Amino acid sequence: MSVVSLQLGQCGNQIGHELFSIISSDSNGPNRKKYGDKAHFSQKQGSGNNWANGFCVLGPRHEEVVEDLVRREIERSDRLAGIFTMMSVAGGTGSGVGTYITQCLRDLYPSAFILNQVTWPYGAGELSDAILVHENDTVHQICSRLMNITHISITDVNKVMAHQLASILQPAHTAHSGGQYCRNPLGADPPTFFCTLHTRTLADIFLLSTGELLTSLVCHPEYKLLSLCNIPQMSSTSLAYSVFNWPGLLKHLRQMLIATAKMEEGIDWTVSAPSVVRATEENGFKDPALYVPWLQTENSFSTWNSSVPLNGYEKSATLISNSQSLLKPLDSIVRKAWDMFASRAYVHQYTKFGISEEDFLDSFTALEQIISSYTHL
Amino acid sequence: MEEGVLGEILQGPLRSLFSSTQLISDVSGSGNNWAVGHHTYGMTYREQIVDEVRKAAEHCDCLQCFFLIHSMGGGTGSGLGTFVLKLLEEEFPEVYRIVTSVYPTTEDDVITSPYNSILAMKELTEHADCVLPVDNQSLVEIVGKINHMSGMGKPGCVIKKDTTIISGHGGAVKNEKPFDAMNNIVANLLLNITSSSRFEGSLNMDLNEIAMNLVPFPRLHYLVSSLTPLYALADVSVPPRRLDQMFSDAFSKEHQLIRADPKHNLYLACALMLRGNVQVSDLRRNIERLKPSLPFAAWNQEGWKTSLCSVPPVGHTHSLLALANNTCVRSTFSELRERFVKLYRRKAHLHHYLSVGGMELAGFSEAFSSISNLIEDYSHLESPQMPNAPRLTIAT
Repeated sequence: MSVVSLQLGQCGNQIGHELFSIISSDSNGPNRKKYGDKAHFSQKQGSGNNWANGFCVLGPRHEEVVEDLVRREIERSDRLAGIFTMMSVAGGTGSGVGTYITQCLRDLYPSAFILNQVTWPYGAGELSDAILVHENDTVHQICSRLMNITHISITDVNKVMAHQLASILQPAHTAHSGGQYCRNPLGADPPTFFCTLHTRTLADIFLLSTGELLTSLVCHPEYKLLSLCNIPQMSSTSLAYSVFNWPGLLKHLRQMLIATAKMEEGIDWTVSAPSVVRATEENGFKDPALYVPWLQTENSFSTWNSSVPLNGYEKSATLISNSQSLLKPLDSIVRKAWDMFASRAYVHQYTKFGISEEDFLDSFTALEQIISSYTHL
Repeated sequence: MEEGVLGEILQGPLRSLFSSTQLISDVSGSGNNWAVGHHTYGMTYREQIVDEVRKAAEHCDCLQCFFLIHSMGGGTGSGLGTFVLKLLEEEFPEVYRIVTSVYPTTEDDVITSPYNSILAMKELTEHADCVLPVDNQSLVEIVGKINHMSGMGKPGCVIKKDTTIISGHGGAVKNEKPFDAMNNIVANLLLNITSSSRFEGSLNMDLNEIAMNLVPFPRLHYLVSSLTPLYALADVSVPPRRLDQMFSDAFSKEHQLIRADPKHNLYLACALMLRGNVQVSDLRRNIERLKPSLPFAAWNQEGWKTSLCSVPPVGHTHSLLALANNTCVRSTFSELRERFVKLYRRKAHLHHYLSVGGMELAGFSEAFSSISNLIEDYSHLESPQMPNAPRLTIAT
């Protein structure tokens, strides 16, 4: 079971590079990941930060080459679990070519799951199955406050994102798998929250298995935005002196979820869910007040374990949620974009590549729809 | 065009860079007459120019942009230069055209420079993707500042050799020619703009991204540039000026290559191109610090484009080039228009232009309206009336 990953644009490639460094250093065995010799494609000129250039011009122009590369990777794997793409949405190549290629891949492989990891500082993908969002601002804050890095470089930011991504792309046990590594982790039940826990026990074979991940988190096509919280995140010097326990970690995660905090520091402990269930911390996540009424609680939450410790942390926990936490940032991005569009600024740069004002309006409509759906949850 | 000037280059230290086939010359220059440069030489040498450009372009595996370097006040640079600009747009419509134009000062030695400049402005507005105006007065002031610093001789103030942006580097220039110092400043500008394309860095920026991010409206593509640092101190015991100071300097008038007042006008967009050991956190911290004092357009409050290149310029640990699309350029253009009007009102020197085949009086009035419209467009953006279109709402 494998997942083919596709890195697009400057941002996508930088993050992908960090991600695979972490993953290969984690798996000490002989399976160190290396990029295939021919598994890359580049051109001399970028898309000039223009989505239209990426989508309308460069995407179609290089469609065949990219599809070939992807097909070769897929043929090498025994069974395709899904496709994982990494890109930024602010630039031209990542967002423009990225969305175009996603469209093509969806047509070619209708049964594969597609997970788009996007780095925000516009658009959302209608054709992917799930969109996992990272905001540069948030990651930067994590770097500065939690990790005590004074001069944060882009590599530092990328490393944090890669760490978070690596945490979910680990082989895992579920409640159903009975002690074995699950071949296709998530069942057909659609939980809304998903949590992986890593403890220090045996190391194991490395498998990526995201198919189930997606079915569980994305229960409805209108709600595809996922956000990620991973704790702990701290500098390597503090790491040596820290001790973790599971209840503590889970409690933090739960509060982070409720208070929409993105990192451990500065969590607002005064916010609480309407009804508090006094039970073990894991049950804390099963509190029905946290979830939408049209999903049964037992389907809304599931836990995964992995025995491999992640990237030097003795214990770490990650929470992926499909929730309203991304609503505010999305709303602010749309507002800024709308202001710019209302003044017709930069529009000529896009129309010269074949995008019309109608297309802009369509995109805005789609995004307002998403915002509206999440608001009314 | 002028053989004398070309001859000097061919005998200079960089002669091996230029192939003699790439030089096109005529007996004399254009006599400071835009019409001669544009119409006469344009028509005569059109085929030859297209050929030479095509030949050079064929050698490139990926042609990204054309750099045009000329002055506005003369005849050839201004007239033939803008003719070539139009040509490039016709022959290579997808390749960006970035123009570095040297604008005349009020004390310019060429009497007809206002005519030449205004006639050229129309072409630049219509056919260039991006213009970097530079004026001689600013360059003179920067040179003066550097010479003043090096002349002071106080301990801790001695400038490190060859680190000023006016020192020619690499060439064995023994006798400095009159405009060398000023020209070096412009050379440094171009070096910094292309640095991200020539060297690696954590946040690259291609040349086409400059045009894309800094030009929100097609005709308003005039960018105010400023360079820091101007020099590095030789005395190593004096700590280098803090990084934050470099950012503040970039927004001070003394470092600008054109006389204008961006802080009291509206920023439409701004690009910061950093070279050297600067991290993204330094960048963000400084942007946060400077933002309150810089008025940005309401629809582009976060209109900052940034790039980080790891290789600093020779002799420095880091440097910053700021390119701003700011409405302050309209004052510069208004002044130019005033000087044009003074001459035009009296029809002074017009006969030199009108006697050139292809040049008509209508050309002058069109050029005049073009620049007036440009000034008007910039002013319009400053007025705070935003079309407050409400956002789309979804029926629930």
